[in-house]
Amino acid sequence: MDIQLKRGLLDVCVLAAIKNQDSYGYQIIKDIKPYVEISESTLYPILRRLEAAKCLVVRTAAYNGRLRKYYQITPLGQQRIETFKEEWQEILAIYRFVIREDEQNERHE
Amino acid sequence: MNGMNKQNFLAMLSQQLHGLPEEDIHKSLEYYTEILEDRMEEGMSEEEAVAALGSMEEITDQIFAETSIPKLVKAKVQTNRKLKAWEIVLLILGSPVWLPLLIAVAAVLFSLYATAWAVVASLYAAVLSFAASALAGIFATFLFMFGGYFPQAALCFGAGLFCAGVTILSFFAVNQIAKAMIILTQNILTAIKNRLIGKGRA
Repeated sequence: MDIQLKRGLLDVCVLAAIKNQDSYGYQIIKDIKPYVEISESTLYPILRRLEAAKCLVVRTAAYNGRLRKYYQITPLGQQRIETFKEEWQEILAIYRFVIREDEQNERHE
Repeated sequence: MNGMNKQNFLAMLSQQLHGLPEEDIHKSLEYYTEILEDRMEEGMSEEEAVAALGSMEEITDQIFAETSIPKLVKAKVQTNRKLKAWEIVLLILGSPVWLPLLIAVAAVLFSLYATAWAVVASLYAAVLSFAASALAGIFATFLFMFGGYFPQAALCFGAGLFCAGVTILSFFAVNQIAKAMIILTQNILTAIKNRLIGKGRA
């Protein structure tokens, strides 16, 4: 898959993973892994990037006698997910068109 | 990274990131510490947890890829070996020669880049002037019509339509050129960044 495309997709996946509930690094990976290939080393820069873009905020909380960073989505992050959904509606429409034309073509042959 | 424990892993990561701002290194270490502890809590041994992170190279690549160019340059300059005394003397003595040359080369490259954008800007100006001509043509058409000069009105109408057509077509063409320039710029920046990262490993 195109690198830029995958980068954008992973950003939204991470936002989706914290949308309903604050989450932490390892949990985010476990949530996303069934759908997209992601590793700890890939997740780290994504979290930093989303934090810099103010799509999420980080808070440190005590857990089991140690510290853990929890990531919380911001309104800007929510907006990002909405934009993604709208854009993909358009892309899906194009996809359907491509598939339909392709199938018709096969029938003519 | 087989058989490495948490402490060794973190020490090695910290060493690899040397030169980056302290805060960046600290954040990276915190992140990986937390991941390792979470994995161990699930029943992995320390060594297994470290091994599951993948290669150190991949980890640092990802961190560098997300680091801004100025920070990278600083990091790379700092991690380079210390210059010997005579090298410093040569560098300083030679600076009247290489410094202006370096500045000149940078200036030429930058002016080439600026020129390319100037061409794009002038193309936009040309499009704009066609648009203005189109409006003027339509306006003149009405003036001639009210004055009763119908042949002149027809001429202006035709010219106005022609200009409008050229405006629309050339606007899309120039937009494509501008887009290509933006992509080119991104590619150049990525190339510079990759060189910086690649150099660090050599």
